[in-house]
Amino acid sequence: MIETLNTATTNAEAVSVSITINGQVHQVTVPAHRLLVDFLRDDLRLTGTKAGCETGQCGACTILLDGVAVKSCTVLAAQADGAAVTTIEGLSVDGSLTKVQTALWEEHGVQCGYCTPAMVLAMTDLLTTNPSPDEHAIRVTMDGIICRCGVYQNVVRAVQTLI
Amino acid sequence: MATPVLGSAIKRREDPEFLRGESKYTADITLPDTTYVAILHSPHPHARIKSIDTSAAQAMPGVVQVFTGADLAGKMMPMVCIWKPAGVESHFGPHPYGLPGSQTALATDKVRYVGEWVAAVVAETREQAYAALPAVKVDYEVLPSVSRAEDALKPGAPQLHDTVPGNLCAHVAYGDKAATDKAISDAEAKVHLDITIPRQLHQALETRATMAQYDPGSGEYTLYTNTQIPHGNKFMICNLVMGIPYNKLRVIVPAIGGAYGSKGYLYQDAPLMLFLAKEVGRPVKWVDTREGLSVTTVHSRGQQQHATLAGKKDGTITALSVTNNVDLGAYSASNGPGAPLVLTGRSVTGAYAIPLPYYEANLVFANTVSLGPARGAGRMEAMFLIERLIDAFAREIGMSPADVRRKNMVKPEQFPYENGLGWTYDTGNYVPALDRALEMAGAGKIDQLKKDAKARGKRLGVGIGSYVCVAGVGPSPRMGREGLIGSTWASAVVRVHQTGDVTVVTGSQPHGQGQTTTFSQIISQELGVPMEKIEIRHSDTDGVPFGQGSYGSRTYSVEGAVIYQAAQVIKAKALAVGAYMLKAAESDVVYEDGKVSLKKDPAQSKTLQDIASWVWFAWDLPPGMEPGLEATEYFNPSDFNFPFGSHVAVVEIDEETGAVDVVKYVCVDDVGNVGNSRIVEGQMHGSVAFGFGPALMEQVVYDDAGYLLTRDLTTYPVPRASQMPTFEMERTVTPTPINGLGAKGAGDVSNPAVAPAIVNAVCDALSDLGVRHIDIPVTPEKVWQLMQR
Repeated sequence: MIETLNTATTNAEAVSVSITINGQVHQVTVPAHRLLVDFLRDDLRLTGTKAGCETGQCGACTILLDGVAVKSCTVLAAQADGAAVTTIEGLSVDGSLTKVQTALWEEHGVQCGYCTPAMVLAMTDLLTTNPSPDEHAIRVTMDGIICRCGVYQNVVRAVQTLI
Repeated sequence: MATPVLGSAIKRREDPEFLRGESKYTADITLPDTTYVAILHSPHPHARIKSIDTSAAQAMPGVVQVFTGADLAGKMMPMVCIWKPAGVESHFGPHPYGLPGSQTALATDKVRYVGEWVAAVVAETREQAYAALPAVKVDYEVLPSVSRAEDALKPGAPQLHDTVPGNLCAHVAYGDKAATDKAISDAEAKVHLDITIPRQLHQALETRATMAQYDPGSGEYTLYTNTQIPHGNKFMICNLVMGIPYNKLRVIVPAIGGAYGSKGYLYQDAPLMLFLAKEVGRPVKWVDTREGLSVTTVHSRGQQQHATLAGKKDGTITALSVTNNVDLGAYSASNGPGAPLVLTGRSVTGAYAIPLPYYEANLVFANTVSLGPARGAGRMEAMFLIERLIDAFAREIGMSPADVRRKNMVKPEQFPYENGLGWTYDTGNYVPALDRALEMAGAGKIDQLKKDAKARGKRLGVGIGSYVCVAGVGPSPRMGREGLIGSTWASAVVRVHQTGDVTVVTGSQPHGQGQTTTFSQIISQELGVPMEKIEIRHSDTDGVPFGQGSYGSRTYSVEGAVIYQAAQVIKAKALAVGAYMLKAAESDVVYEDGKVSLKKDPAQSKTLQDIASWVWFAWDLPPGMEPGLEATEYFNPSDFNFPFGSHVAVVEIDEETGAVDVVKYVCVDDVGNVGNSRIVEGQMHGSVAFGFGPALMEQVVYDDAGYLLTRDLTTYPVPRASQMPTFEMERTVTPTPINGLGAKGAGDVSNPAVAPAIVNAVCDALSDLGVRHIDIPVTPEKVWQLMQR
């Protein structure tokens, strides 16, 4: 099934795009300036993707764009035309947890949960491209995401259990 | 039960929802027909508002209505300060209404800091609300301004409030000044340090957010907001700011994306959004931006300390005198004045028995954001001061910093120990934690490591941070005497249903602490009920009739303790009913593993579910017994509790760049008994990371006039994963008698050790250059400059 949606307001230049989000094709018309994060959160109500800083610093809005972890506040919805987006909602099936999610659970890699979807997606991307990262590689990958609760150490531990 | 549930490292029950991204934070929730609010901030540190013209903004697309301070006049009281310092010379009035230094939700005649709220635009979409902000025209007359406490105290400094001459909000003094001064002047050795602790921003990843709804039919308000203190917010909104009936406001707290003390206040948004919802007749939603957070959410720390430590050449410390000038900001935040006075002032003796301590502080208004506590509040500043002085004193008399600490630490036989500034330390065993930390850090091999580092172009240093951290807030009578207009007891309802399922209602407010897991562990352990049959209710003032929230390292050692207490009441009734059902005397039965059984014949038993069902049907109860198996308990602790510990940092400084790399970080902490060892360890990770930032990179920067230069995460860096080493952690266990669990607080606890340990290590690495002190943050530039001497 193809979802169609028109979120353009009268004053903004509208762009028609086709984005596959969590396996579903969305044919949409969006304002040219709409950020992907706002499109996901406000228009599609996929609120698992978080917003945190407006300047591309905090990483809470991390999603997978064609399998690669990117900050969705640094991408326009229009730029995602033709791409496949995976958000946290599209990662696990039927409420089950992926290996990365399970490892983060086992190793207490979650505190307030606000950076958690981003951590899950970034670590998923890391293990796809580098199945046996060392601690430095894990930490450098995490550098794109701020966790103010301090889960970094346990995320390292969690990823190491998957190697 | 074979393995004790309580204390073990069970994985968190909360997590699957977070991991799947299903948890709803305030910004994730939208009510039907919601309108969106954008706030116009003051661009000036100090200015008179001559006029505001909203007509152009009003005509912008999608704008529903524009509001200014004039629209609130007579309809809303100013914001309140609920922690007025007690027993001090101050300009605070007798009642929270209209305190000098109180702030209206939207500014009226003057603005006093960059970011102060001036107007609110309500529009159909968030985008339209923000688009209309530049169209609100404000005519300002810019006034002279001042951004630092010590500048604001100078004669002729710009005046913030007509009623507060000299900008001095309050002055406090603890201890005997004359005796302390004499001991210092008579001392064989003394050291003096002038220390500036910059302001820190909490930088919770989730900004503040509020949504409000008003039902004209019932006259009821509903507030969705990310506060650490829902009942406190409700009290302040209803009774002190808006004057609406207490039973007409429901506060719902969705998931909170971090707080660290920054969400423990009543801010302007809560009453304002309720007011706007009623005015526009639709729900209103406001989600702050990162820049908005930087310019309006409380900042923390911000002290200018002048301190002298004196003693004998054998290392015995005899006296400590501290003068502290604190930048309180332009207004008093809800509980802002309390931390630098009480939490810093009474804590400056740290882990040491100092015969004559004296502390005085000036709380000073300046053209900056209001000040409030952050993780480690007050204690971080106090420990930085005393731990830096101890190292400087050790160097002065030629003794090792570890030996000076060992010689002066409060000894086990001295507990309970009165520290001379108002704290009574409950229990402790300080030296073993220090010795273990030094051993883990490999302190014996440091000289060799220094040589090896030198060969690599690095300067290596080792530093200790020992601490005591007042926790478990707290004893209500004591907090009342300290000037808090509020209560700090804990409450819980534990209800065993006829099915054997258990519901716990807690007044604690989770924001990452994993309390659902830990509180379930208490019930599982005490009542012998499987974790999955236990439900923990919180975060909604309709479902939770009372509660004090989460802050001040109180979740487990105060709110957990009352759940433990309620479980004992349940057990007592279950025992009585079980004995009756088994036709035995109470003395002949025992409650174990979720059932009451005959001591002599354990096969004869009644499960908690049998008993709960029996009392629910209530067909045959012991004479005089009421139906139901439920307990409502309060716990008003007799005092605070005092966790402690020692951390050791090993740093390497790059001789070419001045960059400081913390290559090893060791913690030995003692928080008494714990509910979940893994969760406590996670709290320590966060608490230490929250100390790494200010030690190495974080600081709020205002220019002299009060323009804020650090307004986002590009100008205000916080620690990233690769900037910290793996923390090596151990715990010693010294229980407290203050609560039934023997538990001490944990959330704030490790934090105060971090900055002193790191700076002591940096000063050690630079000691041959005669460097006695460096203010935080220890940036590469500062260190490089010192190395050029």
